Amino acid sequence: MVVQHAEHHEEHAHHPQESWFRHYFLSTDHKIICFQYMFTGMAMGLVGAFFAYVFRMQMAFPGVHVPGWGLVTPADYNMLITNHGAIMIFWVAMPVLIAAFGNYLIPLMIGADDMVFPRINRLSYQIFLLSALVLIVSFFVPGGGFAGAWTMYPPLSAKAQYSLTGDGSTVFVFAVALEFVAFLLGGINFVTTAMNSRAPGMKIYDIPIVVWMIVIASLLFMASVGPLIAGAIMLLFDQRLGTAFFDPNRGGDPILWQHLFWFFGHPEVYVVLLPAVGIVAEIITVFSRKKLFAYKTVLSTAIATGVLSFTVWAHHQFVAGIDPRMANIFTVTTLIISIPIAEMMFVYIATLYGGSITLTTPMLWALGFIGSFLIGGVTGIFLGSSGADIYLHDTYFVLAHFHYTFFPIAIIGTYAGLTFWFPKMFGKMMNDTLGKWHFWLTFIPFNCIFIPLFFTGMLGDHRRIFDYSNFSELSTPMLQHLRAFATVSLLVMLTAQTLFVYNFVTSLLWGKKAEKNPWKANTLEWTANSPPPHGNWATLPTVYRGPYEYSVPDRAEDYWPQNAPS
Amino acid sequence: MAEHAHAHAPEGHESHEHPNYWRIWGILCALLFVSVAGPFVGIKIVTLITAFGIAIVKAYLVAKYFMHIDIAAKYVTYFIMTALVFMVLFFAGAAPDVMKPEGRNWEKPAWLDGSIHGTMSPGEHGAPAEEPPAAH
Amino acid sequence: MSAASRPIATTRSSAGMPTGRLAVWWVIASEIVIFGGLLGSYIMFRLSHDAFAQQAAHTNVWIGTVNTLVLLTSSLAAVLGHKAAEAGDGPKAARQLYLTALGGLTFASIKFLYEWPTEIHEGFTISSSTFWSFYYTAAGIHAAHVIAGVVIMLFIAPVAKKGLELQRVELIGLYWHFVDVVWIFLFPLLYIAK
Repeated sequence: MVVQHAEHHEEHAHHPQESWFRHYFLSTDHKIICFQYMFTGMAMGLVGAFFAYVFRMQMAFPGVHVPGWGLVTPADYNMLITNHGAIMIFWVAMPVLIAAFGNYLIPLMIGADDMVFPRINRLSYQIFLLSALVLIVSFFVPGGGFAGAWTMYPPLSAKAQYSLTGDGSTVFVFAVALEFVAFLLGGINFVTTAMNSRAPGMKIYDIPIVVWMIVIASLLFMASVGPLIAGAIMLLFDQRLGTAFFDPNRGGDPILWQHLFWFFGHPEVYVVLLPAVGIVAEIITVFSRKKLFAYKTVLSTAIATGVLSFTVWAHHQFVAGIDPRMANIFTVTTLIISIPIAEMMFVYIATLYGGSITLTTPMLWALGFIGSFLIGGVTGIFLGSSGADIYLHDTYFVLAHFHYTFFPIAIIGTYAGLTFWFPKMFGKMMNDTLGKWHFWLTFIPFNCIFIPLFFTGMLGDHRRIFDYSNFSELSTPMLQHLRAFATVSLLVMLTAQTLFVYNFVTSLLWGKKAEKNPWKANTLEWTANSPPPHGNWATLPTVYRGPYEYSVPDRAEDYWPQNAPS
Repeated sequence: MAEHAHAHAPEGHESHEHPNYWRIWGILCALLFVSVAGPFVGIKIVTLITAFGIAIVKAYLVAKYFMHIDIAAKYVTYFIMTALVFMVLFFAGAAPDVMKPEGRNWEKPAWLDGSIHGTMSPGEHGAPAEEPPAAH
Repeated sequence: MSAASRPIATTRSSAGMPTGRLAVWWVIASEIVIFGGLLGSYIMFRLSHDAFAQQAAHTNVWIGTVNTLVLLTSSLAAVLGHKAAEAGDGPKAARQLYLTALGGLTFASIKFLYEWPTEIHEGFTISSSTFWSFYYTAAGIHAAHVIAGVVIMLFIAPVAKKGLELQRVELIGLYWHFVDVVWIFLFPLLYIAK
């Protein structure tokens, strides 16, 4: 992986004496830190995907030896699903969407030479890397990795005799806590930079949407993670120091944990959603050569979503025994929150309407995001209604719903952003044909994995079950065929990712050299060299207009860069 | 290096009037003593007001006079208040469950039979035994 | 990072406030929700059991008062340091910071070397009851913030003494005042309301 960087290293004339190690491992340059987060996130993604492969093989072919793992025991299964979830959210989606893209795009898109606190930026990555390593360590402690679900509900997570992974559960909590600290530090950097370091002339509504989205996401994270940090410390003490914060036999309350967790857990999904939505906005405007239909509306819906996201959390707890009157309230708020997001999608569709559309690879990913996220969002309505949720909770319907939201966010959004900004980041063009093959061979199998799971869920498949043979009504051939179909689709999809790796590496090494602005876009990052040097520009730009002035009447060109004086 | 030292009072600083910080400190100490004395009056509501009402006043004084929150941009006050509002929101959402000893199909045994005291008498060491208390 | 190698980004202020100060306010906002979550949970438990109040009777309100006084005075030193820094008086600002740090160390010493050992000796450990679990956890996290503040001050003060990076005096002071405000609420919650 590191070899690829060597190719563009020569262009950095600014630090000739910097050793290779200093440049790639100790750099304070936001672009390098982006790559560090990106590649660490993707490496963790491989681990998370491998775990998914193993447990889906168990689901499809129960009791059969899985190539690359062996026999999947019930304890194995619990560890695999726990860590798959935690890894994908905390160590893949967040670092890639927020930390990597945020680090890369924020300074470049606002016309700054770096983040305001480069050394804290570096520190945040180092803490993040440490958190990933601590998580990996958890797999090798006595008892193995934590096996009590990514939601860590006590007493399962607090008492070793229940989870059977006493040491793993403690190391897991440490890993999550470190990850939170890393993102708090990073978030402060992002928010402060975006607020304070804008280019002269860049007013509030001239800021590209993706920058707004990453900033709002950072704010959501900072505001919501506090109670969970408190809760994680309390859980750690319950595990190790004999306290009883969550033990009802000794004066505690396990529901308190659930509230602490989900008060963060729900805004967290919008923390990862908003950057993906922002990336899509940048792509669709460029490849439909059209202004964003309603910039201020998108902005206010994003803020409304952010604020509302703090009022819906207990919809994860509808059947946990909470006060039914609270369940009523949370149902109403949950249904309301679908409105601003739907509005955002409508604005995107209106942006596309009448545009001069080019179906490049990034555009395909962006359109794929809109289509599949819509399905995810709409199925959330069923779950947000407490009545329907009584049946659907803890079934695969929930799982299919959140994969129809998380997958577009974390995978489709990432590929959209990567294929779009690859020329800027690495100075080479990716192969568009390979990119399209990769898109279709990912997108279609993705739907083939999760559509069946909506149905198995509605038919009664519980979540987190290692083997359905004990459930006679769920051991029917039809259900088993659906599960197997989903698994086979996963295998196809995973194999197709090799296309992306191949494309990535070969483009990096032998791709066509990229000009500054291959997509003819308006935003400031496209005025820097591909890739930008340390400091981004020799002279920092000044801004004269908003970011979406495409196809402006009476102009020769169909785009109008933000920094062009006229 | 040396010329840099004189180049600034801290960057971007609008030089502002400094109140008499000793006086504020004196007020804070006086309020502290009132809040400690409050419980000795023996009336619960007085204790609550002197303890928490004064805490709010002290926090306000520190924020205004020591932290200069009123001179910092207006949005600072807004986002600090927002953080506090979120805390109230969290309390409102969690308290209906956490403050009850029993609900639909669940109960917290130690809350119901009052055995959550744990080690009540000083001199005992260690955590109480883990077996659940006698059935309610 | 010296001013020479600081990015231009750090020196801009589109939001109308120096970058460092803006960042510290965001740190404070995120800390409010950490302590808020913990203290909110404590209040929920406290209000639903009398047993809590019975246990709380065993905290030592006099030590608590002394510690509050120590923190308030150290906050005074911090803001006087800010005043000195603003006037460009590096050595005076450094002196005030050292006094503030001394206050923090005094606070920590009273707590860790006297108050907690006494309580533990009397049998009130972190696992004695839920009240004491909250007591040690909340005061412990707060004390960790006190120590962190002291450590940072000890890095800033010698540099300030040379008249350099004086804006940092205000920034650490801002953080310190926040730590003081948290204690202003912890004190009645843990010591007075009995």
